[in-house]
Amino acid sequence: MSNADLKSPAMRFDLQVIASWVDPHTRVLDLGCGKGDLLSHLREQKQVKGTGIELSEEKVACCIERGLTVLQGDFLEEVRDYPKDCFDLVILSQTLQQVTDPKNLLTDLLRIGKRVIVSFPNFAHWSCRMQILFQGIAPVTDQLPYEWYNTPNIRVMSIRDFKRFLRMIKVRIVREVAINTHQRDVKGNTVRYLKNIRATYGIMMLEQV
Amino acid sequence: MSSSNKLLVNREYFTFAQSPDLLQLDCGAQLGPITLAYETIGELNKARSNAILILHAFSGDSHVAGYYSEEDERPGWWDFMVGPGKPIDTEKFFVVCSNILGSCAGSTGPSSTNPATGKPYGLSFPMVTIKDMVAAQKHLINHLGITKLLCVIGGSVGGMQVLRWCADYPQMIGAAIPLATTARHSAQAIAFNEVARQAIMADPDWNGGNYYEGQGPAHGLAVARMIGHVTYLSDDAMREKFGRRLHRSAFSFAFDGDFEVESYLRYQGKKFVDRFDANSLLYITKAADYFDLQGSEGSLLVNEQLADVSFLVISFTSDWLYPTYQAKNLVSALKKNGSDVSFCEIEAQWGHDAFLIPNGRLQSVISGFLERVYHEQC
Repeated sequence: MSNADLKSPAMRFDLQVIASWVDPHTRVLDLGCGKGDLLSHLREQKQVKGTGIELSEEKVACCIERGLTVLQGDFLEEVRDYPKDCFDLVILSQTLQQVTDPKNLLTDLLRIGKRVIVSFPNFAHWSCRMQILFQGIAPVTDQLPYEWYNTPNIRVMSIRDFKRFLRMIKVRIVREVAINTHQRDVKGNTVRYLKNIRATYGIMMLEQV
Repeated sequence: MSSSNKLLVNREYFTFAQSPDLLQLDCGAQLGPITLAYETIGELNKARSNAILILHAFSGDSHVAGYYSEEDERPGWWDFMVGPGKPIDTEKFFVVCSNILGSCAGSTGPSSTNPATGKPYGLSFPMVTIKDMVAAQKHLINHLGITKLLCVIGGSVGGMQVLRWCADYPQMIGAAIPLATTARHSAQAIAFNEVARQAIMADPDWNGGNYYEGQGPAHGLAVARMIGHVTYLSDDAMREKFGRRLHRSAFSFAFDGDFEVESYLRYQGKKFVDRFDANSLLYITKAADYFDLQGSEGSLLVNEQLADVSFLVISFTSDWLYPTYQAKNLVSALKKNGSDVSFCEIEAQWGHDAFLIPNGRLQSVISGFLERVYHEQC
């Protein structure tokens, strides 16, 4: 991957990768946009017309103060009102594993957006496998720092699982990359071989077949 | 701060709809001449692109900010929001605030003199709606030489006017901030208004609306205001502000009012009688009750012409008069246009009144939103 687009060193590494995939002057919806780091970067670097959805009042207020367009709410509900193809791109980063019905959500997202970028933690990373195999415990890693009793991650999947799922629901992968980075880290690297064992996150751009 | 730093403002008047060009009202009647009281702060720029119209709530007036004189001690009703260097920065924006049609703070309303009879209109004043109030404001905006408003902002009944501006004159709007408001008045809100109206009409001094030569329905109007104040606060706010505290040393075992909350409501009611006309309350609450942007073919806010308008919708967690679900319905309609819509439900314990009380978060989101709109459109 080229480093030319990675101009915002303060941004999470997976968001840097995602930003590099966004075309200039497009309409982008960022689900779970937090304090708007990605949207702000896309507006400045790519003149993108961005909208964010975020649950936390404090983060929403922070975004609006920065001059970003953000709706406070649960994105599972908020995405339903938008008309078809309202956005060129919808971004769902590190959240799919927390969604009760990923199939319906992806269908909704591919209706309101021409393309969807999804990033998710790879539960088949070697560190997870080792903990299950040798310690016999539910994995707790830097990327997945929760215990079994307090984790928000209710959908446990690997990069391979997700690809099988996409084939089943007939969604095409336009572009994909596997990366190795920590959850909040701004640094990382692209994994080219043995992705399902070595990558901590998968990132894919999807479209309807 | 030295007194010379006071922002000084003047109330001005604009009269239009002279016979035979009367204003055609929603109810079918015609009205004229009509006077609107208004105030402006700041300078209109050369391109006439920096005008912000502020719409006041039901009992408000044109005095949005600043003072009438150096000796004046009481600033306008949104002084923390409007002024030089404030969130609605009058060094950048030309702010206009007009008193609504039907009110009693300088604009034509039921207490005004009917030119046909030389006496106050009373109940012969035609029923006016939010649509009529906005139509009258449009005459004022035209008169000021403004063809497009950078932003329209208002809370409560003022928010209804914001939405009516968007529905009726979308081509004149750059951005809109409806606060603590709804696209249609709910049964609960109508119910409280009806109780308030009944309190006035049950007062013998109301005399069928014809009381301008006497003292007027002071008691009925005070009770109506007390009911209003209950709906503007919240369970939390009342617990914090009054609890069960007494305003005397022990129970009176009579009906003189023992609790602080009682004396607060009585005080608010009494204070209101000195500044507000009972018939105006009847007309304006009725206008709010009639307000409904749900047309026979769906919401009037679903309109292609609103696609280029930027919206900031704000509700407050403890507002049970216009609860957040009503703001969300509004957002849901606006999203269908592909409009640029931001929405924030601000945490505030003060109930519906929260938009009138200084709040850092409210101030910073309005400031950030206007800064962007100014940058994009000016």
